[in-house]
Formats: sequence, C-alpha cells, structure tokens
Amino acid sequence: MAEAAVELVGVTKRFGDDVLAVDGIDLTVNDGEFFSLLGPSGCGKTTTLRMIAGFEFPTEGSIRIHGSEMGLSPPNERPVNTVFQSYALFPHMTVSENVAFGLLMKKVEKSDIEGRVARVLDQVQLSRRADAKPSQLSGGMQQRVALARALVNEPEVLLLDEPLGALDLKLRQAMQVELKDLQGRVGITFIYVTHDQEEALTMSDRIGVMNNGSLLQIGRSEEIYERPASRFVADFIGDINLMDATVAGADRVRLGNGVEVGIDAVGMKSDARVTLALRPERLSLYDLDEAIPDGYNQMRVRVTRRMYFGDVYFYDVDGGTGAHIEVKEENRPSVELYDVGEEAYLVWNPKAGNLVVD
Amino acid sequence: MNEGTAQGRLADRIMAGNAWVVYVFLYAPIVLLIVFSFNENSNVAIWTEPSFKWYGEMVRNSNVMGALRNSLIVAAVSTIVSTVIGTMLAIALERYRFRGRGALDGLAYLPIIIPDVTMAVMLLIFFFQAFGIINDLIGVQLKTGLGTITLAHIAFSISFVAVVVRARIAQLDSSLEEAAADLYANRWQAFRRVTLPLIAPGVAGGALLALTVSLDDVVVTQFVSGSGATTLPVYVFGLVRRGVTPLINAVSTVMLVASMFLVAVSLIFQRGAEVRGAIPTDAESLLREMTDG
Amino acid sequence: MTAGPVTPELEKAAERAASKRGFWISSPAFFYLILFFALPLVLVFVYSFATRDTTGRTVLRDWNLSSYERLFSSVVGEIFLRSIVLAILTTLICLAVSYPFAYYIATRPARVRNVLLIFVMIPFWSNFLVRTYAWRVILGSDGPISQISQGFGGEPIRLLFTNTAVLIGLVYGFMPFMILPLYAALERMDWTLVEAARDLYADGWSAFQKVTFPLSTPGVVAGSILVFIPTLGAYVTPAILGGAKTVLMGDYIVSQFLAARNWPFGSALSFAIMFVMLLATVFYFRSGAKSL
Repeated sequence: MAEAAVELVGVTKRFGDDVLAVDGIDLTVNDGEFFSLLGPSGCGKTTTLRMIAGFEFPTEGSIRIHGSEMGLSPPNERPVNTVFQSYALFPHMTVSENVAFGLLMKKVEKSDIEGRVARVLDQVQLSRRADAKPSQLSGGMQQRVALARALVNEPEVLLLDEPLGALDLKLRQAMQVELKDLQGRVGITFIYVTHDQEEALTMSDRIGVMNNGSLLQIGRSEEIYERPASRFVADFIGDINLMDATVAGADRVRLGNGVEVGIDAVGMKSDARVTLALRPERLSLYDLDEAIPDGYNQMRVRVTRRMYFGDVYFYDVDGGTGAHIEVKEENRPSVELYDVGEEAYLVWNPKAGNLVVD
Repeated sequence: MNEGTAQGRLADRIMAGNAWVVYVFLYAPIVLLIVFSFNENSNVAIWTEPSFKWYGEMVRNSNVMGALRNSLIVAAVSTIVSTVIGTMLAIALERYRFRGRGALDGLAYLPIIIPDVTMAVMLLIFFFQAFGIINDLIGVQLKTGLGTITLAHIAFSISFVAVVVRARIAQLDSSLEEAAADLYANRWQAFRRVTLPLIAPGVAGGALLALTVSLDDVVVTQFVSGSGATTLPVYVFGLVRRGVTPLINAVSTVMLVASMFLVAVSLIFQRGAEVRGAIPTDAESLLREMTDG
Repeated sequence: MTAGPVTPELEKAAERAASKRGFWISSPAFFYLILFFALPLVLVFVYSFATRDTTGRTVLRDWNLSSYERLFSSVVGEIFLRSIVLAILTTLICLAVSYPFAYYIATRPARVRNVLLIFVMIPFWSNFLVRTYAWRVILGSDGPISQISQGFGGEPIRLLFTNTAVLIGLVYGFMPFMILPLYAALERMDWTLVEAARDLYADGWSAFQKVTFPLSTPGVVAGSILVFIPTLGAYVTPAILGGAKTVLMGDYIVSQFLAARNWPFGSALSFAIMFVMLLATVFYFRSGAKSL
C-alpha cells in the first residue's frame, strides 16, 4: 500500500492559555491527491497548513510526511513548499531569481538551476517575463510565479494557502482549472486551503471540512455534498433545507407537519429526533392533479415566493413544517412555472437527502 | 479635495500664500548666511564685494580644522556602531518575543524624549564617577576626550536608528521571511538575502539620522569633552557667544552645505532603492518613519 | 531536531529557544543602554540628594533634600515659568503656522507633494546650530532687518538678546517638528469622509471643523509634544539669541555644572525637568498614539 503523503495524528495547537486553534485533528492525505481543507475564517485550516509547513509547531501531536516524523523540524528542513496567500514574492529579485531561490539554497548546480527554472516558467507560461520584477506583474502573473517558485523544487507535498483569493472571479475560475490540470500532470500531492466551497468541490479529490478547530468530515466531493454528516457541513456547502423530524421506522421519518416521508433510517432509534437534509435541486413541484412517480415522497405545499435567476427558478414553499422550504427548478420550456399563492405537491426521491444527527 | 466653491478657492489661495511665507521663512536665513559668508568686508553686516577670503582663513585656522577632524571621526565611529547596534535592536524588538522586551522597548525610547541638557548632565556625572572608581581600583586616571564624546554620541544615536529601522521592518511582509525558510534558507541566509536588502533603506535612513544628530550635538559634547578635544559645533558655539565674525559665517556655510549635501545623497539613494523595485520609499515614507512608528 | 511527535513540553522548549535568540540579538543594545543611559540616570537621581562642600565638590553623604527644596524657590519658579510660557508660545505659533502649511501640502497631487516635502526636509536636516546662528546675524543691530527699518527712516531695531529673538529662533528651529507629524496625519486621513460631510450639507469650513481637524488630532498632539519638550529644555538657542536677563531652564542647569559648580542642585533641576517631560509624553501616549 502506498505510503500516505501526509499524516496528522492528534494534532492540537493552543496559543497562549486560552486560544485553542486546532483541536485534536487526525488526517491522512494520500499520495498524488488533491486535498482541500475547507471551512470558514478562523476554523483552524490555515494554522493546520502552517504546522505541516513548519511555520508553527503543534502543541501536541504527530505530523508525518511520507512516513518521516517532522517533530520540531524548521521549515527549511521539510520536503514541502508553500504557495502563500499574499504570494510573498521577493520584491527585490526578478522572476527568475525568485523561482531559482529554493534551488540556490539547496546548492543545486548553477547550470541545472537555469534549465529547471526555464522549464517551470514555460509550464506556467511566464518565460517572457523572466527578468521582470514582481511589482511589474499583474495579480494573476504573480500567482503563477509563486506557483513556479514552489514547484521547481519538486517538493513531496505542495501546500497552498487560499492562493486565488485576491483574483477576480473570471480569473479565479480559469486558475482553478489550470491548477487542477497542473496537479494532474505533475502528480504532486496538493493540500489546498480555502473558504470557498465551490472551489473545493470542483478541484478536490477529497475535502476535509473544519470548524472551530475540529475536522468535521472528510470525504470525496460527492460524499460531502450529498451526505453531509453534520448540520454545519450541510449548511456550509451549498444550499440546503434542514427539517426537524422524528424517526418513525427503519425507512421513514415524521416531519413537523405530521407527514411521514421515506428516507434511509436504518440503525436509528425509534422516535429519535433528527434533521432531514434535502438539497433544493432534488425537490420538484408537481400540479395537484399530476401523476407522481412510484415510491416518491410527496407533501402538499403553497408557493410563497418565486425568484428568477436566469438559468434556474428558486421557489420558497410552505408546507407547515415550521420553516419555508427552498426548491430549485431548471428554467426549461418543459418545466412548469408556479405562481405565488398556488398550491402544489412537493415531490422528491426517498433516496435523495440524508438524516443528520447532531 | 479642493472644493470648487468660492469659499474653497479663497481658502486655497490663503494657504498657498501661507506656504510661500513659510518657505521664505525657512530658507531666507540660510540663504542670507551663505551670501554673507562671501562678503569681503570684515564687518559682517555691510556688503562690499564677493570673496573667498574667509574660507581661506578657515582652512588655515588649526583650531577649526582640528575641531572639524574630531567631528568627522566621532560622527563616523558613532554612526557605524549605533547603526549596527540599533539595527539589531530593531530586529529583536520587531521579530522576537522575549522576557524584558517591553521594558527594553520603553528604555529604547527614552534617549529620544529626554532633553539634551539632562543627557549631558547624566553622562558628565557618569564619566566623572566612573573615572573616579577606575582610578581607585587600578590607579589609572582616564580623561574625557574623543573617547567619551563618541561613547556619548552612540548612547543617544542607538534609539534614533532603532526607531527608523523598526518602522521599515514593520512594513515588511513577514511572510517573505517565511517564504525564504520554506525555500530551504536557514536563518542567516534568509536574513542576508531577503530581510537585509529589504530593510536597507531603513538602515541607511537610520545611519543618516545618527550621523546628523552626532554632527549637530552641542550640549552633550560640551559636557563630556571637558578641556580635552572639541568638535566643530562646540567650537563654533564658543566663538558665537563672543560675537559674530565672518570666519564663523564661512565655517557655518560649510557645515550647512555639507549637511544639505548629505540629505540630497540620502534622498537620491532612497529613490534608487525605489526604482530597483524594493519597498517603495519616498519623502513621505521617510517622514512617516521618523514621526510615527 | 526531534524525530518524535510533539508534546507540550517540547513546544515550550522550542519557544524558549526562539525567545533566547531574540534576547541575544538585543543584548548589545540592552547592555549599552543600561550602562550609558540607565545607570547615568540613576546617578543623577542619587546626586540630587547629595551635598556640595565648600570647594564646590560633590560629597556623596549627608543625603538631604535641600536641592529639591530649592526647586520651589522663587528664583527657580520664575525661570521655570518663563521656560514653560516660552515653550507654550513656541508650540502655539508653530501649530498656527504649520497647520495650514501641512494641509496645503497634503492636498496637492502626489508628485507636487514629494517636491514640497523635500524642500521642507532640507532645512530640517541641516545643522541646527548654524540655522540658529543665522538669526544672530539677521537680528543684530547691524543686521538686515535693522538696515531695512533704518532705510525707512526708523531707528535701528534691537531684537537681539530679547525674549522675542529667542522665540523667533525656537519657532524657526522646531517648526519642521510640527510640520511633519501634521502632514503625516493629514496625508493618511480618509478624505472620502470629507466628501461624505459635504454630501450631508456641510460647507467647507464646517467640514473642516467637524471632520478634518478632529481626525488630525494625533498629528497635532505629536507635533506639539515634539516641539514643546525640546523647547522647554532649550539651551543652544537662548544661549545664542537670548540675553543675560532672560535666563531659561536649559542655561540655568548648564550653569550649575560649569560656573556655579553645584552638581546636586543641577541634578535636581535636570531630574525635575525630565519628570515634566515624561508627564507630557505619557499624556501623548494616553491620547492614543502608538509611538513617536
């Protein structure tokens, strides 16, 4: 079995006596994986990244890179490189000098350095700006220099701290694709820190969701999105409907309005209080006299709001469950429009959504 | 920021007028002094004809030349030593946490706010006592002179250097030093290749400030030099108390032009650093460093 | 470097190592300042309680408070009052003239600002003694000012050796110390706040009064402190421009060590003046400034 690229066991970081930034994290990142740490500001994801890089030492715990324990090694002795949020390009050096810096420190042969720098600059398409100073480059170009500077050293793991945060939307989306491709070609393990869940979902092989210093859930993008394990994860990623319910059997729960709906509830105690998490796009509205697919859940609701988003319509509907429910319908000719005040059936596949207990 | 209103324009014109008055006020005495130093007449106030006569006299005057030589030696030594020590202090205070840091921080500010009269008194008493104790202990009677002057100048210059360098370090993105470490540089390499080049303008600014306060100092030097050596400002000060002479005008003009030359050089150096792509510096930043941490 | 997992003890050890490094880097400055600054300061304090024997030597026994008692004598009180009044006047005049000046510079476009600032800094950096001496030349009874007034048929003006001459000299010497902090505060101000005030119907003067000036207060305080403190203890300027009749604190202290040879009294005076200045500085820091 391939050695894990990065392994964190029981890693905790306490600042002073009262600030617990990271609380007992266990994490394994596989070789060649694109792994994202996702969470809101202050959740501890950047601190975790910095501990892997060596800029902070854990208060407790073990950090292993390809099996080697890092302990209290300083950053310059670790086989990882970092792409900083502010890029941290050396302003007094040219692009080539910046990129060559790590190789220079590792005492690589001068002739080798030139070749490797040229190659990696080519990879990020900045060969023509090799003699420019960072201040003369745009944000996007600076970002690529930062990337080149890290990659040229062929690190075992590449750490990226919200590298796309300073770029505007279109550029960010383009860079996301580029980064993902780059990682695939180069094959290095990437650990990517971000607060943007869309970014994490599109780019990552696996995601670790953090909040308040704890790792709440790790899994592939689809798992995190379709089967959130906690209210926080469900709420943090995309839009979600969270409905209070009580377990009414191995495959049904009772909602706040008394309606029973089908959902996998195996292993749950009867009458246990749970939350039913349903994505708006998994819900549909049907006319009261329309035929409903076999086995699907249905609930009578009244439309309270309709919002037009160009490619989709968002409906708020009220079914007496206590809070409004969001429904997302595609804007296609075949899909019917519902007016505010109209009554309809809310319909969904019992296999959609999941139960969350916390 | 200028309102297009009549009220705004009037205010602007008044302020512009005030600005002109201030500039004239600042420069007129300097210009007058320089002009009068070329006056042939020995009666300072009456202008006869231009001449270099007094500059010749100045160069032939061994007291003046000796004092000048002393000033330069003291300034050079105190600038170099205080810049090194002050820069180290700035780095320690800005980049490290250690016990006693707060106290050292406060201690480092004191020489700046303390009046120079008090500083002069402090050091006079200190050297007097210290020499007495040393004499009692090993029988050697040390004397005040260039050595004590230099030690005194270093004492107040360290803080000035530290303030300027600290301001520069504070502007430095600390992730730059982390990036250097991330790229396999050890602490010394990171300092030499990243930190030092980037704080160089600050260090130069601090050195210039140390040089200036050393060449400017009168009271402290007067107190700790005793009857030994004397520096140019102290010598001139002594002459001035006895009356205005054209010789003093000549010496003063030389001192003035030299110090203005130093400023020009430093500002050019700052511009050079800016063009080379280091941290942008300009008159405003230098100014901000000096008046605000 | 350990090859094992980190424990709280190890983390603390690493922190302590980093801390020690910081201490060593600061140590040359630390030792120098202790030896040549803190220690002398303590000595002054000690001397202020000593006695002066008949030969004028300082005797380090018979500790007493007589020097401090003398601080409250009318002679000292008069000198101190004169110094304070002069310092306050100097500060106020500097403020009144420098504020519009700094405001003017701060409201010019960037390139013009730089040039204007450089021209302020050149006299600022040039030799203080010489700049003060220049006024000695100008204000003399044969000097240009007198000549001009005589040219108009008036009498020779004798400004030299008066309080006014000292005031002029002090304002001249320390004005840049007022201009620069004021400029720094105004330059860094958020001018969109003034625009907001105008949007809310304020006219130019009200906007200035209610927005600009209050926001520039840190600069006003900084400049005032930077002028007031050195002016209070001024020695060179009064020595060159002032007369024997107008004794100020600086000269009074110096004379205790050169002429009168009363070191204990001089020490007490030095300490007292330093105490006043420390108070002013504390007030400055309390008003929200983070540094000089």
